[in-house]
Amino acid sequence: MDLMEFQGKDVFRAHGIPTTPQGQIATTAEEAHRLATEYGAPVMVKAQVLTGGRGKAGGVTYCPDAAAAKEAAEAILGLDIKGHVVHKVLVEKASDIAEEYYLSLLHDRVSKGYLAICSVEGGVEIEEVNRTQPEKVAKVTIDPTAGMTDELANQILDSGAMPAETRDQQVDLLKTLYDGFVAADATLFEINPLIKTTDGRIIALDSKVSIDDNALFRQPEIESLEGPVPPGEMGDDLEAKAKEQDLQYVKLDGDIGIMGNGAGLVMSTLDVVAQAGGEAANFLDAGGGATAESMAGGIAFVLGDPAVKVMMINIFGGITRCDDVANGVLGALDMLGDVTQKLVVRLDGNSADEGRRILEESGHPNLVSASGMIEAAEKAVALAKEA
Amino acid sequence: MAIIIDETTKVLIQGTGGQGTFHGKRNKDYGTKVVAGTHPKKGGQNWEGVDVPIFSTVQEAKDETGANASMVMVPAPFTKDAILEAYEAGIEVIVAITEGVPVHDMAQVYNTLYHRNEDGTFDMSSGPVLIGPNCPGLISPGKSNIGIIPESITKPGTVGLVSRSGTLTYQIMHELNLAGIGISTCVGIGGDPIIGSNFMDIVPKFAEDPETEAIVFVGEIGGTEEQKVGRWIAENIPDTPCVAYVAGFSAPPGKQMGHAGAIVKEGSDGGETAADKKAALEEMGISVGINPSETAQLMIKRLNA
Repeated sequence: MDLMEFQGKDVFRAHGIPTTPQGQIATTAEEAHRLATEYGAPVMVKAQVLTGGRGKAGGVTYCPDAAAAKEAAEAILGLDIKGHVVHKVLVEKASDIAEEYYLSLLHDRVSKGYLAICSVEGGVEIEEVNRTQPEKVAKVTIDPTAGMTDELANQILDSGAMPAETRDQQVDLLKTLYDGFVAADATLFEINPLIKTTDGRIIALDSKVSIDDNALFRQPEIESLEGPVPPGEMGDDLEAKAKEQDLQYVKLDGDIGIMGNGAGLVMSTLDVVAQAGGEAANFLDAGGGATAESMAGGIAFVLGDPAVKVMMINIFGGITRCDDVANGVLGALDMLGDVTQKLVVRLDGNSADEGRRILEESGHPNLVSASGMIEAAEKAVALAKEA
Repeated sequence: MAIIIDETTKVLIQGTGGQGTFHGKRNKDYGTKVVAGTHPKKGGQNWEGVDVPIFSTVQEAKDETGANASMVMVPAPFTKDAILEAYEAGIEVIVAITEGVPVHDMAQVYNTLYHRNEDGTFDMSSGPVLIGPNCPGLISPGKSNIGIIPESITKPGTVGLVSRSGTLTYQIMHELNLAGIGISTCVGIGGDPIIGSNFMDIVPKFAEDPETEAIVFVGEIGGTEEQKVGRWIAENIPDTPCVAYVAGFSAPPGKQMGHAGAIVKEGSDGGETAADKKAALEEMGISVGINPSETAQLMIKRLNA
C-alpha cells in the first residue's frame, strides 16, 4: 500500500522521525487560502498524488503569501500528473532550506534484507545521479537480525558523502528511520529531499512510504487510512473498486476480460491472448483456491467493465474442483441476468470432465467451451473481433 | 532418488485446522509418511481425519516420531514463529504453504536460518531446506508429496521441475504428462519477494540427482533470479537439457501481477521483464517457451535430440 506524502509524514511523526511542522489537506482553493492565513506565510502547496515527478509537473509551489497559496491551489487541484488527478493539496509552513540530501530504506530481495540508499545529492532524480555520479550514491545492505548500529549508520552516511558537521543528527535520524521502517512494516521509506534547515536542523521535507499489504493486520492505523482515499486518487477507478472487494485485479488496455486461478497462470493467459492477436482488458486472479462464490464475484466484476467485449476464464483445477467452478460460472450468469458478452471457459485438472459436462448441459447461450488455454485464447480473440 | 524428499521422509504438520487436515490426509493417502501434527493446545490428542498423534511442540513431535520434515499450514501472522520453531527443533526440510506472510517476517526468518557470508551471500548448508512460503510445496511422484500439488496429473519420471507459481506449475506438469513425460521432483518455490529456496538452491540439487536427466524451470517477471540460474546452468551443466518459461510477456511495468514479487519495477536496471529474461536465457543456450504448451514441446524436442 502506497501512502501519499501527508500520510507518510504522519507515519514519520508517529515513529519520531523529524519532519516538517504538521500541515493540513485542502480540497479547494479557499481552504488553501484559509490554511495559509492561519499558518502565516510563506507556505508550500503540494499536490497529493501517488506518483513521483510532482515538482516537474507544476504540482509543488512556494507561496510567499496567502493569495499566492489560493492561486497555487487553484492551479494544482485538478491537474493530471502522470494519469493521477490531483484531488487534494497539502498546505504546510515552508522550511528554510540550506542543503538537500537523499535517504531511503527499502526491502531488497537480492540481499534478503534491507537496503539503505544515501546521497549528498538530494532534491533531484536520484536515478539520474546514480547514472552520472554513481560514487555519490551509497547502497548499503542491512542485515535485519543485526539492525541499525551507530557504526553502520556512520558507514552509510560516509559512503553517501554526507557532511560531518550535522553527523550526530544524521545518525539519530537514520536510526529512528530504521526503527520506524521495521515497526511500520514498510517496504519503502524514502526522503527526497532530506534537508538541513538554515538553523541547522536535519528534517524530512518529503515522504514516500509504502507499507507491506500482507502486514496490515498488525498496522491498524495505516490500514484505516485506506478508506478516506477516494477512487481516482489511487490511479484507476476499477482498480480501486477491485481493491475494496479484495480482488487481485489489474486494469489493462484491451477488450478481452481475463480471469484465472493463480497469478502465474493468469499472467500466462495474458501471454497466450496476446500471442493469438488479442488484447487483455485486465488481469484477475481468482486465487489458488477459487470457489463458486469467488468465481461469481470475479465474473461480475470483469463483465462490469464496459471495455470488455468477451471474457476468457482459464482454470486449472489443482485443489479447486472444476465442477465447483462450473457451478460458480452458471451461478454468476444467473445472478447477473442480462449478460451480453460471451464467456470462453477452459477447464482442466481436478474434476474437469464433470465441470465441462455441467457447462455443456446448461446449454447457456453465452458459454463457449474450449479445450486447452491456447484454443480458449484463439476463440476469445475471434469473438472479440466479431463483437 | 529424488531431491529434498523421498519415500523415507517423515513429515509433521504444523497447524491442525481445516487446511492442515485436508492436505495432511491427502498427502498421507498418497503414501507420504505423515507422522504427526502439532498444535500448542491440542497435545496428546489423536488428529482426527489424518489419524496421527498431535504434539504441543515441534521438538516433542520430532523426539517421539523421528520427523525430519515439516509442512507449515498455520495462518500468516503465526508463520514466522512456526518456521523458527521447526528450525530450532532441527527439522531438516520446512515447507511453508501459507500465503500472505509479511515480508519483514521473512527477512527475519531467512537471516536467522542461514549464515550470511562476508560477501553478502548466504551459506545455505548452514540451515534447513526451506521451501516457500506462499507456495504449493513439492512432490516426488510415487514417493512423497508435501503440500498441495495435485498428484493426479503427474507420474514418476526423469524431468526436474521448479517453478515460482502454483497453478502454472500444474499447467506445465499437465502438458508434460500429456506428452508422456514424468517428473523426478517438482518444487513450487513460490512468488513472494523473499522465499527460502530459490532456483539457485534447487537446480544444483537436480544436477546432482542421478534420476534427474532434464530440468524445466518456470519463472515470471520481477527480479533477475532466472538469469542467475541460467548462468549457473550454462557454466556447470551445459549438456543437461534445460528449458524455461517466463510468465508475463504482456505484463505492464510498475504493476504487481498477483504475486508480491511479480512486478517490473519502474526505473529498474533492466532484466526484470519476460522478454529480457527470455533473451538472456537463450543467449546462455537455454530454450525458452513463449507459453506453457510450447515449453513442454521444447522439452520433448530436447529429450529426443
